[in-house]
Amino acid sequence: MATKNLEYIKKELPKSLQKLGLTLVLIGLAIGIFLFLLDPQRATFSYLLTFMFVMSIGIGALFLVALEYIAGADWSTPIRRIVEFFAGAIPLLLVLVIPLLLNMKELFLWTDTELLRADYIMSGKEAYLNVPFFIIRVAVVLGLWTLFYFLLTRNSRKQDSTKDQSLTTKNIKISAIFIPIFAITVTIAAVDWLMTLEPLWFSTIFGVYFFSGSVVVTLCVVTLAVVLLREHGYLHPKMIDDHYYSLGALIFAFVNFWAYIAFSQYLLIWYANLPEETFWFINRWKGGWVFVSLFLIFTHFVVPYAVLLSQPAKTNAKKLKFISIWLIFAHVVDLYWLIMPQFKTTNHAFYLYLMEFGFPIAAVGFFILLIYYKSQKNNMVPIGDPKLDRGLNFRL
Amino acid sequence: MKRSEKLYSVSAIFNSPDDIISAAKKTEAAGYKNWDVHTPYPIHGMDNAMKLKPSKLGYVTLTFGLTGAVVALLFMYWALSINYPMNIGGKPFFALPAFIPVTFEVTVLLATVCTVLGMITFFFWFPNNSHPLHDTQYMKTVAVDKFGITIEASDPQFDEAKVSEFLRSIGSTSLEKIYFPIEEKRKVFEPKFIFFLVAITFVVSGSTYFALNKLMYMDPFNWMMEQDRLNPQHSSEMFKDNFGMRPPVEGTVARGYLPYEFKGKPEPTVPLVNPVFPTEKALALGKKKYDTFCSSCHGWYGDGAARLNNQYPNPPSFHSAKVVNWADGNIYHVIVNGQNVMSSYAALLTPEERWSVVLYIRALQRAKNATVEDIKKIK
Repeated sequence: MATKNLEYIKKELPKSLQKLGLTLVLIGLAIGIFLFLLDPQRATFSYLLTFMFVMSIGIGALFLVALEYIAGADWSTPIRRIVEFFAGAIPLLLVLVIPLLLNMKELFLWTDTELLRADYIMSGKEAYLNVPFFIIRVAVVLGLWTLFYFLLTRNSRKQDSTKDQSLTTKNIKISAIFIPIFAITVTIAAVDWLMTLEPLWFSTIFGVYFFSGSVVVTLCVVTLAVVLLREHGYLHPKMIDDHYYSLGALIFAFVNFWAYIAFSQYLLIWYANLPEETFWFINRWKGGWVFVSLFLIFTHFVVPYAVLLSQPAKTNAKKLKFISIWLIFAHVVDLYWLIMPQFKTTNHAFYLYLMEFGFPIAAVGFFILLIYYKSQKNNMVPIGDPKLDRGLNFRL
Repeated sequence: MKRSEKLYSVSAIFNSPDDIISAAKKTEAAGYKNWDVHTPYPIHGMDNAMKLKPSKLGYVTLTFGLTGAVVALLFMYWALSINYPMNIGGKPFFALPAFIPVTFEVTVLLATVCTVLGMITFFFWFPNNSHPLHDTQYMKTVAVDKFGITIEASDPQFDEAKVSEFLRSIGSTSLEKIYFPIEEKRKVFEPKFIFFLVAITFVVSGSTYFALNKLMYMDPFNWMMEQDRLNPQHSSEMFKDNFGMRPPVEGTVARGYLPYEFKGKPEPTVPLVNPVFPTEKALALGKKKYDTFCSSCHGWYGDGAARLNNQYPNPPSFHSAKVVNWADGNIYHVIVNGQNVMSSYAALLTPEERWSVVLYIRALQRAKNATVEDIKKIK
C-alpha cells in the first residue's frame, strides 16, 4: 500500500458555511416573526413544529451515541463525533422552549381550565393536564437530556487528549442508565407536546411513533453531514464507502420501523372503531388533509423503501444524499401532519401557508451553525477512542 | 467415501483471516476464475478481496416477494369481496388495512422460502446433494478454525504443479489434493428396504383407519347435555316451591301496556302528557275512532248537535271555554271513566286510540276557533 498520510488532520470548515447558516436563520426568523405579528396562533403552531424538529434530531443523536456505546459498535466510531455535534442541540432546547411556554394558551386547549372542567372526560385528566405540572415535566425531561448529553460528550472529548480507555467504560455505564430513562422521557415529551394538542385523544404507541420518526431523521442528517464532510476531506482519510453501508441499512430499517409503528397505530384504531379514538384520524382524512396523509405514506415510506432496497444503493453516496434530504423533508411533513390539523381556527381544513416554513428554514440554518461552531472547538473524529482503529478497518 | 483418480481441485489451508484476505486478493490478481474461499465464519471485506459481483439471489427474493404480495391481496379480494362477501364488524368488503398484515406475512414467507429453494435449485443444482469437497480433511479443518482456498481443476489456467507452487508462495501451511468421489450404485430391492416399506404401509393405513373410524366419533365432552335445566310445564327441584316456571318479578309491565292509575278515581291532579305524537297517521286514527264511538252523541264536530239529539240529555259542546282550557289528561280521564250519562269507553278503545281521539278533539277545537290569520296562512 502506498505510504500516503492516513492520519486525521483537523481542517477548519469554511467561513462561507457560517454566513450561509446565519443568513438562513435570519431569513427564517424574519418570516416567522412577521407571521407571528399577523397570526400569533399559526406562528406558535409553526414554532412548535420547528421545536419538535430540532428536538427529534437532538434526542435521536443522543440515542445513537448511547446506542453505540451500549452495543459496542465499531463501525460508527469514526462518525460518532458528528452525531455528538447534532446532540449538541439538546442544551439549546432549554432556551428554544421559552417562546412555547409563553404562548401555551395558543397551543393547548386544556390550558383553559373552565373548558377542561366542563368536559367529563377531560376533567378526569386535570391531574396531568395542568400548567404547573406541564412545566415541571418539561423542565425535568429537558434537564435529564442535557445532563446525559454533557456526561457522555464530556468524556468523549476528554478522551481526545488523554486517550484514556476507562472513559469508554464509564460512558458504557452512563449509556446503560440513559437508555431506560430515554425510553420514558421521549414518551413523556411526545405525549406532552404532540398528543395533548388533542386532549381527548389517546394512543399508547404514540411515544414509539415519535421515537421512530426521530431516529429516521437523525440518521438522515448524520448521513448527509458525513457524506458531505467526507467528500470534502474533513473526516478521517481511512474511511471508505463501506462505512456508509450501515448508515443506509439503519435508515432503511428505521423507515420500515416507522411504517410498522404508524400502521400498527392506525390498524388498531381503525379496527376497534371507537369514536373517542377514530376522530383523530378522521380529522386527518377530511378537508384536504387526505392528500397530506397519503403524501406522508408516499414520502416517508414508499419512496425511501424503493430507493434503499438494493444493497449497492446503501453505499452509494449520491443516492444516500438524495434520500437523506428527502427523508428530512418527509419528517417535516410527518410533524406537520401531527401538529397542524389541531389548528382550530381553520376548522380542521388544510391550508398551506408558505410563511409557516419560516421557522423550519431557521432550523436548517441553526443546524449548519451548530456544526460550524462545534467543529471549531472539537476534532471531527474521536481520535482518542480505542475502538477507532477497528472502526476504520470495518469492511463489508 | 471412495475417490477416483480424477482431480477435482487443489485446496490450501491458511492460518489467519488476514492471511486469507491477502491470499484471496493474490489469487484474484493471478487471474484464476474457478476458485472459492471457505472460512468458518463470514469475513468482512472478503467480497471485495475476491472481487465478487453482487449475488443474483436478490432478484429471486424480489420476484417472489412481489408475487406473494400480489397473490395474497388478489386472493383476499376474491375470497372476501367477490366469492363470499362477508360483513365483518361493519367494515367494507375490501378492507385494505385488515389485509395488510396477511399480505405482509405471505410476502415474507414466499420471499424467504423461495430464496432458500432458489438457492438450492439454481445455485446447488438440485437434486444434487453432494459435492466433491464433502467428507474431506480440508472441509473438516476449514469448518473449525482454519481458512481455505480451493482452486478447481476446471479452471482454464489450471496446472497441478503450478497451482501448488502458487498456493505455497502466497503463504499456505498445507495443501490437499481432492479427487472426485466414485458414485456407488445401491440395490433398491434389499430385504431391509422392503421390510421398511411394509412396516410404513401398516403404520400409515392403521393410523388412518383409527383416525377416520374411531377418533372422529369419540365423544369428547357432553357436559352441556348433562347439566341441570328447567322444562316448561314441569316441576323442578331447582327452586324451593318446586315450580319449574317462574312468575314474573313484582312490578313487571307487559309490552305496550300503559298503566292508568286514575281509573275509577277522581281526576288526576298532575297534568298528563299525551304520549302520541300528532302525526297524520295518529290524527287519522283519532278521527276514525271519534266518528265511530263519539260522534253519535257529541256530533261530527264536537258541538253536541248529533244524531241522538234530544233523545238523551244533550252532551256539552267541546268548544266551551271550560273544555278548551282542559288539560289533555282531563279528556283522557273522561274517556276512561265516563261522566254523568256517558259511560266508560275503556273497554272499546285502546290507550293509543284514546290518546289519538284526544288529539282529534284538540284539532276540532282548533278548527272551530280558526281566525282570519289561519286562512291567510293556508293560502
